[in-house]
Amino acid sequence: MNTAAKPAPTLISADARPVSGAWAHDARADAAHRLAEMGLPTRRDEYWKWTRPDSLITATPASAEVFDYDGEPPVFHQVDRLKIVFVDGVFDAEASDDLSGEGLEIERLSDAAAKDIHWAKDLYGVLETRGQSPVVRPLAAHNTAMATDGVVIRATGRISRPVSVFYRHDDANSDAVLHHVIRVEAGAKLTLLENGAAAARFSKVVEVDVADGGEFHHVRAQGRDHQRQAITHMFARLGAQSVFKSFTMTVNGKLTRNECVIEFLGDDAIAHAAGAALGDGADGEFHHDDTVFITHDAVACESRQVFKKVLKNGAKGVFQGKILVKQKAQKTDGYQKSQSLLLDDDASFQAKPELEIYADDVICSHGSTSGAIDEEAMFYLRSRGIPAHIATDLLVLAFLADAIEEIEDDAISAEITDRLDAWLARHRG
Amino acid sequence: MLKINNLHVKLEEEDKRILKGVDLEVPAGSVHAIMGPNGSGKSTLSYVLSGRDGYEVTEGSATLEGNDLLDMDPEERAAAGLFLAFQYPVEIPGVGNMTFLRTAVNAQRKARGEDEMSAADFLKFIRAKAKELKIDADMLKRPVNVGFSGGEKKRNEILQMAMLEPKMCILDETDSGLDVDAMKLVSEGVNALRDTGRSFLVITHYQRLLDHIKPDVVHIMADGRIVKSGGPELALEVENNGYAGILAEMEIDA
Repeated sequence: MNTAAKPAPTLISADARPVSGAWAHDARADAAHRLAEMGLPTRRDEYWKWTRPDSLITATPASAEVFDYDGEPPVFHQVDRLKIVFVDGVFDAEASDDLSGEGLEIERLSDAAAKDIHWAKDLYGVLETRGQSPVVRPLAAHNTAMATDGVVIRATGRISRPVSVFYRHDDANSDAVLHHVIRVEAGAKLTLLENGAAAARFSKVVEVDVADGGEFHHVRAQGRDHQRQAITHMFARLGAQSVFKSFTMTVNGKLTRNECVIEFLGDDAIAHAAGAALGDGADGEFHHDDTVFITHDAVACESRQVFKKVLKNGAKGVFQGKILVKQKAQKTDGYQKSQSLLLDDDASFQAKPELEIYADDVICSHGSTSGAIDEEAMFYLRSRGIPAHIATDLLVLAFLADAIEEIEDDAISAEITDRLDAWLARHRG
Repeated sequence: MLKINNLHVKLEEEDKRILKGVDLEVPAGSVHAIMGPNGSGKSTLSYVLSGRDGYEVTEGSATLEGNDLLDMDPEERAAAGLFLAFQYPVEIPGVGNMTFLRTAVNAQRKARGEDEMSAADFLKFIRAKAKELKIDADMLKRPVNVGFSGGEKKRNEILQMAMLEPKMCILDETDSGLDVDAMKLVSEGVNALRDTGRSFLVITHYQRLLDHIKPDVVHIMADGRIVKSGGPELALEVENNGYAGILAEMEIDA
């Protein structure tokens, strides 16, 4: 990559970085150095061909109107959960629950970073750095250098009550940079829920390390604020026989880029990453980008990517997904599915599915499709007396079904389905 | 019940005339059969009556109990009491058979100004109907027609018919792809629905289905028109002499 041609990272200076203890100070300085070396992304970069990075790297964000939820309760409100609240990127202690639980250690990143020694040292910026090769992700390095807060979570037991992070957006001009570090210890289990638009512009990194036999479940809903912009990264490192499952619902955003970078280091592990994005240009500009990179570097691991998009009225969808199977990763079972349902002629979808395989005994495949509602199915449903708008809703939900199925918990899945139903009801015709 | 008058239909996208003046009247409570060679327009007639896109009616009319069918959306025709059992039932991945049927039953009830059926009543209703057609619980749970055998698909069509209780049932080559046992099962399902207030239009190539579903009147369709009508014996004549024989005879008669 030609770094000389890139703009200097003016976004960042040592003065602007949060004050922190020794380990965090070093991690942030290293990240700033990494960013300086790789430069900020430009449209000329292969990885940014379809999503303009410009608005993500301006000194101040474009303002984003705060959405009026008009009494609509936040997603997951019916789920029994441990609640952590950030408002425009600032921790809200009053709105948050007590950050303690059996088998669970939770701290604010700002507290952990102020200490001279902390377990998060082995992960903060570490998994992000691993995820910088073979493709650089400068905005993740920027986040590591500049994150003002976040949470660090360590699960030592099988935690049944999900930990939920709610990102409230209250200020039309907010610029939030949050960074979470999660460690699921051997045999432990953790469910992380995230919801909300967070800020006018939101940069977020989650680094999650799942030890042998650990389980990590993640379900996210990105709010309703249509003008907000977000760049998010999830870096996961998976031990033997571990399970990682992540699902994201997105129905908003002038610009959203969700990157998911997963690395299998132990044998017999499972990683599923899924997403359902529904965009209607009538709500405002909608550009949604799912960028996924899964590296198999262990034997007999299973990876699934299931990304679905429903687009209309000029909404744009992008999918870039790669499965890299290293030489030792025999018996890999990798599958990638990226589909978009274009509800009219104005919507567009671009996809770059990639497989790079160096092992010889693997099953790997990908399928990327883009199409309209099936007219045959539509007629069949209507011929049974189902009105066109209900038939459309049924077919859209059917299209999304295999992404939603990646949510294991029924109550959480029901919350997501309710919101998707509501979106469909709002966007008929 | 169903009245078709001088119906002319062409394909929307190309200048091809398919129906060239169909006249047909099916009274309440009766079973009519339409037989005819490939390409005579039998399936087109069923699609036009049920409101599928792609066809243009250039002349004529079709009414159900006096209501203009051709002016209605497909779902309105269904709510008015029309049902088409498809020759090739459509597979719909991701939509559960049960959800599909409940949505359809309740949509029709709503369109007719009736209350929706409660979940418990619906379940009782569908279980009873499914049992008669030897449709097991698994078939009800699976996505609509996905992975169903030919026979299962046709039984599922009849199940939908039984659940929706239409007034006018059109069966488009329901016998195609069925073995003898499956045909018997499907026919029994249809016969169980025969009623003084319900009419059937059975479209088929072969006489054998009509051994099971006994028609009151048999029509022969050729080149987009009904060219001959008669009693059940007409079906036997087709079986013995083939369409070619009858059509040749027609030309002589003409």
